[in-house]
Amino acid sequence: MTRPAMTRIGRLFVSLKRANRKGLIAYLTAGDPSPLRTPALVAAMVRGGADLIELGVPFSDPIADGPVIQRAGERALQAGTTLATVLEIARQVRANSEVPLLLFTYLNPVLRYGLERLAADAAAAGIDGCLLTDASVEEAETYVGAMHRHGLDTVFLAAPTSTARRIKLVAQYSTGFVYLVSRTGVTGVQDSLSASVAPLVEAVRAATDLPLAVGFGISKPAHMAELGRLVEAVVVGSAFVRLIERNAENPTLETQLEAFTRELKSGFGAIA
Amino acid sequence: MTSQPDAGGHFGPYGGRYVPEVLMAPIEELETAYLAARDDPAFQTELADLLHNYAGRPTPLYFAKHLTETLGGARIWLKREDLLHTGAHKINNCLGQALLARRMGKRRIIAETGAGQHGVATATVCALLGFECVVYMGEVDMQRQRLNVFRMRMLGAKVQGVSGGSRTLKDAISEAMRDWVTNVGETYYLLGSALGSHPYPMMVRDFHKVIGQEARRQILDAEGRLPDTLIACVGGGSNAIGLFHAFIPDAAVELVGVEAGGRGNALGEHAARYRGGAPGVLQGAYSYLLQDEHGQIALTHSVSAGLDYAMIGPEHAYLRDCGRAQYVAASDTEALDAARRLSRIEGIIPALESAHAVAEAIQRAPDSTGKIFIVNLSGRGDKDIDIYRENFPELDQQELNQQELNQP
Repeated sequence: MTRPAMTRIGRLFVSLKRANRKGLIAYLTAGDPSPLRTPALVAAMVRGGADLIELGVPFSDPIADGPVIQRAGERALQAGTTLATVLEIARQVRANSEVPLLLFTYLNPVLRYGLERLAADAAAAGIDGCLLTDASVEEAETYVGAMHRHGLDTVFLAAPTSTARRIKLVAQYSTGFVYLVSRTGVTGVQDSLSASVAPLVEAVRAATDLPLAVGFGISKPAHMAELGRLVEAVVVGSAFVRLIERNAENPTLETQLEAFTRELKSGFGAIA
Repeated sequence: MTSQPDAGGHFGPYGGRYVPEVLMAPIEELETAYLAARDDPAFQTELADLLHNYAGRPTPLYFAKHLTETLGGARIWLKREDLLHTGAHKINNCLGQALLARRMGKRRIIAETGAGQHGVATATVCALLGFECVVYMGEVDMQRQRLNVFRMRMLGAKVQGVSGGSRTLKDAISEAMRDWVTNVGETYYLLGSALGSHPYPMMVRDFHKVIGQEARRQILDAEGRLPDTLIACVGGGSNAIGLFHAFIPDAAVELVGVEAGGRGNALGEHAARYRGGAPGVLQGAYSYLLQDEHGQIALTHSVSAGLDYAMIGPEHAYLRDCGRAQYVAASDTEALDAARRLSRIEGIIPALESAHAVAEAIQRAPDSTGKIFIVNLSGRGDKDIDIYRENFPELDQQELNQQELNQP
């Protein structure tokens, strides 16, 4: 399989390594509370130190998401957000920023849009890669081919329950980085981290030289320090989405988002 | 026609395994355990014993003499799955999967339910075999199927209302999948239709194929030949695939699936996947799916909660593509009329789901003289009495007009 040339995602991990830093990956559901608002929220996260932005495309039946991100998806759909809207948001972000952008969604909206068409349009909009939570490696060949032809990374998930055979396939299909799920469960905020991350990191390292990111249930600066020792980047999703939910009407939302991003990022301090 | 599905769970292009990575290990564990159980004579013997002594198999194949005479065409036989314990075919699959769960060492069973029939059947087998049981059910469905909610609770199950999305079957499935992801070690997900990720569509079919195996023997005994047409309603499609499966090699036997035509042709007014649906991925499988132009799953409507789902089971999509089966739709009104007619002239109150199949038989029979139909009467109508009452208010008055009563 031909791999895409290095994207902004690949270059990010090179520069993190060179600077001996860890990356903060920030997720938000595009279009929540409204598509017009999203570029400013992304900009606030970038100012606060987010190294990579995951743009969630809302889907009506998000089986892998917990209640916080489910509600964000419902609000975004209510506000009229479509995959095309999210591509437009990406274009706006890209006009002012070189932050790496990863589309994060489910397969059906992408199939409906058209795999090849999405790959072309996403690349043109300045998106760097794609993660489809329900595109298992068994069913991913066509999708991966289309993305790679247009120079986009394909990120896959590995879980504590993934078998050695599956980890090998995940490593084989992933470019940019591999996303490790810190625990079994849906996305959401939790207080303590699963001890299953370390063995998973070890298993995936044995299968690939790609950078690793850990996500699911990470919400505190202390988590950043703990995980930053193990992997190249940490993903925070629900904690950002919850902050957006609670402050959607608040004029200080952007300021709060920036401050929270900075606070999380400072968690790496001890090890960076 | 080659054996379906392939090792990856594909029926032609349909089916497969489209689930988040966190669910892959349990899906693979389930597949391995099922394949071993399937080939284990001890497992099959125990299942056959429960199906016979507990559930009441074999079910009769009943010649619907009055329906046949009134319609004046095809000879109509009813496969009486409604006579099974718990009142519908669903118990076939629940007994099979619960025995599998026990074999896998699980102690907790979760399920989704639409009409509540699968939930009741699951709660029943959990009571029988001593499992903790949680049934996810959309709040809309809980409202319209209150009797079944009560039955599940009486059987010891916890009924967990689902308030997300459209608050119907598909949302109950999503919530059950989230529970499974979170509690995977001890929990068995007992999916109730021929839907979802491999191995479910294959396994659910296998547990229901006894319907067609019996019917095939019974019709050969009774008529001395194979039927011309099989008719079954199709939500996910478990009762239909159960009836069809043994007849698939009999190329001359016509297979007809009946979807819910609802109350109109617009998206959102029906659950007929071949009326505007397109292939897509939902809850683990690739199949025909009602969705909007952006790939968001459409809301569906049917008077029958059990048919109210946006996707058709992948094997049905395959059977249609290769021309082996055809799919039609019956409207809410046609199903209600069929239910009333069957009640009045055969003394059988069918489930609203099954009434869709009866409606199609009523439609076709007059032009089918000399033909033999088998209609799958997949469930009985007790659970639908509230909906029948709403729709037949003239039967619910204190003083009935005898003349009106006599008109079926």
